Amino acid sequence: MLYFSKLRILFITLFSVLFILIASSNLFKFDDNFFDKKINLGLDLQGGSYLLLEIDNEPVIEQKLQNLTTTIRNYFKEKNIKINNIKIENQNIFFNVMENDKQSVLDVFQDENSDLNPYYPRFKSHQLEIEDTGLNFKLNFSRQGLIQLKTSSQDQAIEIVRRRVDEVGTNEPNILKRGNNRILVELPGLDDPMRIKSLLGKTANLTFRFVTNDQNDRFGVEKLKFENGLEEATVSKRIIISGENLLDAQPKMDTQANQTIVSFTLDRVGAKRFGKATSTGIGKQLAIVLDGKIISAPVVRDTIASGSGQISGGFTFQTATDLALLLRSGALPAPLEIIEERTVGPDLGQDSINAGMIALAIGFMLVIIFMFVKYKIFGLITNVTLIVNLFILLGVLTLFEATLTLPGIAGIILTVGMAVDANVLIFERIKEELKDETNNILAFDGGYTKSRTAILDANITTLLAAIILFFMGSGPVKGFAVTLGVGIFTTLFSVYFIARLFTSIYVSRNKNKEKLI
Amino acid sequence: MIAFNKYYNHFNLLSSVLIVISLLLLIFKGLNFGIDFKGGTLIELRASDSKINVSSLRDKFNQMNLGDVSVKKFGNKTDFLVKFENKDNKKNIIGEIKVNLDKSFGNNYDFRRVENVGPKVSAELLKSGVIAITLSLALMLIYIWIRFEWQFSLGAILALFHDVIVTLGVFSLFSLEINLSIIAAVLTIVGYSMNDTVVIFDRVRENLRKYSDIKIFELTNISINETLSRTIITSATTLLALLAIYFFGGEILKGFSLAMILGVVFGTYSSIYIANTVLVRLRVSQKTVLREDENK
Repeated sequence: MLYFSKLRILFITLFSVLFILIASSNLFKFDDNFFDKKINLGLDLQGGSYLLLEIDNEPVIEQKLQNLTTTIRNYFKEKNIKINNIKIENQNIFFNVMENDKQSVLDVFQDENSDLNPYYPRFKSHQLEIEDTGLNFKLNFSRQGLIQLKTSSQDQAIEIVRRRVDEVGTNEPNILKRGNNRILVELPGLDDPMRIKSLLGKTANLTFRFVTNDQNDRFGVEKLKFENGLEEATVSKRIIISGENLLDAQPKMDTQANQTIVSFTLDRVGAKRFGKATSTGIGKQLAIVLDGKIISAPVVRDTIASGSGQISGGFTFQTATDLALLLRSGALPAPLEIIEERTVGPDLGQDSINAGMIALAIGFMLVIIFMFVKYKIFGLITNVTLIVNLFILLGVLTLFEATLTLPGIAGIILTVGMAVDANVLIFERIKEELKDETNNILAFDGGYTKSRTAILDANITTLLAAIILFFMGSGPVKGFAVTLGVGIFTTLFSVYFIARLFTSIYVSRNKNKEKLI
Repeated sequence: MIAFNKYYNHFNLLSSVLIVISLLLLIFKGLNFGIDFKGGTLIELRASDSKINVSSLRDKFNQMNLGDVSVKKFGNKTDFLVKFENKDNKKNIIGEIKVNLDKSFGNNYDFRRVENVGPKVSAELLKSGVIAITLSLALMLIYIWIRFEWQFSLGAILALFHDVIVTLGVFSLFSLEINLSIIAAVLTIVGYSMNDTVVIFDRVRENLRKYSDIKIFELTNISINETLSRTIITSATTLLALLAIYFFGGEILKGFSLAMILGVVFGTYSSIYIANTVLVRLRVSQKTVLREDENK
């Protein structure tokens, strides 16, 4: 156990030096790409905002079912099958048919090539499930259909969220999917997420619709409140143009009226429709509706054929900028709710770093002094090993560009405390061996061999705990699991290679000395 | 040699009492869950005006109809921790609070940290915390079962349960807050306590193979003594590191390091007085080990 070949010594030295260099790249700037790596600081250390958003898919499902009823009616109309009493209740579509149509309706829904009810061969499932009781049918989304719907609305939502966050211009945001209905947004360096929160909280569903007094409007009407919450107006459900038709939107100052407005440009389809509507609707009020609230309802005075226009509504420059941003980035497929928020100011982050570093330095000093007093020369060996161990640990974290959090720093300090365990186990065992063994080398050899199982068991149990924490923990706690887990490996390396190397050099030079340890 | 085995019965009784008290506390008093597990909002606030203190903050927050508001000092004089349930899960609650506080305090304060956990997320976090602890206990049980005989495995697990339950009991007794980092601490305690037990068990097994004429009652005592200096040194260095975190690592890590300190103390104690006594009570002998050796 005490013999080291020259090659092995070289390898150990190179390996240690390499990781010390990598670790020190956090402090200096290297031109080399390989060394130009840094440990990422977690949001709790550098300050920033963590937002977990949940997509509310209810309206999407409701909307899809609504569209489906129309599709079904039209589809069967062409086949001369009459669908009766079609209605939506609790996310189910109910309808009934005549006796002799029943089988053909079932066939359509159960056909694997049906375009009305897509089939996913990979999951052996249709999008919709159909149940029949007599002539009554119940239609709802299958498990797979629901998953499909959720993932697709998540895909759309994450795109819109990304655009909105990018438009605000924070540095290096991190936007990730979580499950099939959540989106995680990490915004480093942002200490006041208020603006982004309000931007993400809006669906930004924009429609232009006529104000009407005709209760028998062909498309139906609804009563909507104005943004100020006081006035109300009856608005047709017919949509003239919607946010999808917008090419661009910008905040502008209207010098004539001396107010801030949002000017917009429409795409070709939108421009055509807008032109037509404004030419037939002169004198009528056109309501601009955002997320179910009327921003303003100006009277149409002229035909607008240019495909551009403006929205006024008592905006400040800030609200106009935000509205333009929302319109440019598009509407969310479904409302988002912020279900978890954690924001740390940059000065608290810095305080945490300082406190963590002070605790690390003090903990380190205490352990080093303790070990030296207890074991003298072997304490010194342990201490040198401990320092190298710390650098290798930092080096590994740097190499993988791991994220360091405050609990992560605690994990490093804890590693310092526990890392001496393996050396202590070995040294204590050597002491025992020396009681009946006069040959120093044999005693040291025995000490290393006999303590091995205990060291292995002890470290594996801690590693198991760290692994569970890594998979079950979230955010900062994960950082703790990482440093604790990596710490175990670097500790074993430094104990069995570095400390053993020093020990072997010392022991072979003092072979005949009594009371070596 | 210290006669640890003289006190096996006394300390077994003490531990049983501690476990019963802890369980009663956990059942009747319960744990003080933080917003991670209960949901709600937390604001860490730093004031730069001496007018801002616990009572003036409490007054202001109580006027805002946020439900049950708790205001506490946090670390030094100028820092405060405000917690409330945010039952209606109001959307722009932080913005409203800022507007309200601005009216009375101007800009002589600063939000250093804001956490808002919705009821759904907190329920999930609690569930995954419980799963994590259960899973780690189960994994330890399996590991020790593979490495040792079942009597050892039972002893180690009882020691683990003791450490986890008594640590949580202390948290319940003093109404200390349970948050995500406490779960991390409990898991680390599980690892540490196991580590400590395994080292002694390893020695017990070795001695069982070596001596056929020594009774387990004596044998555990020999093994404890042989590994004692290691137990003391490792506990000492780990405690030194933890004390450094407790006193210098800042307010946020206080709960975590306290739980770990308790865990290390209980873990060291239980390795000696619970894990070993189980071996004695189960009358483990050389045969136990040899039979197992043959099977392998």
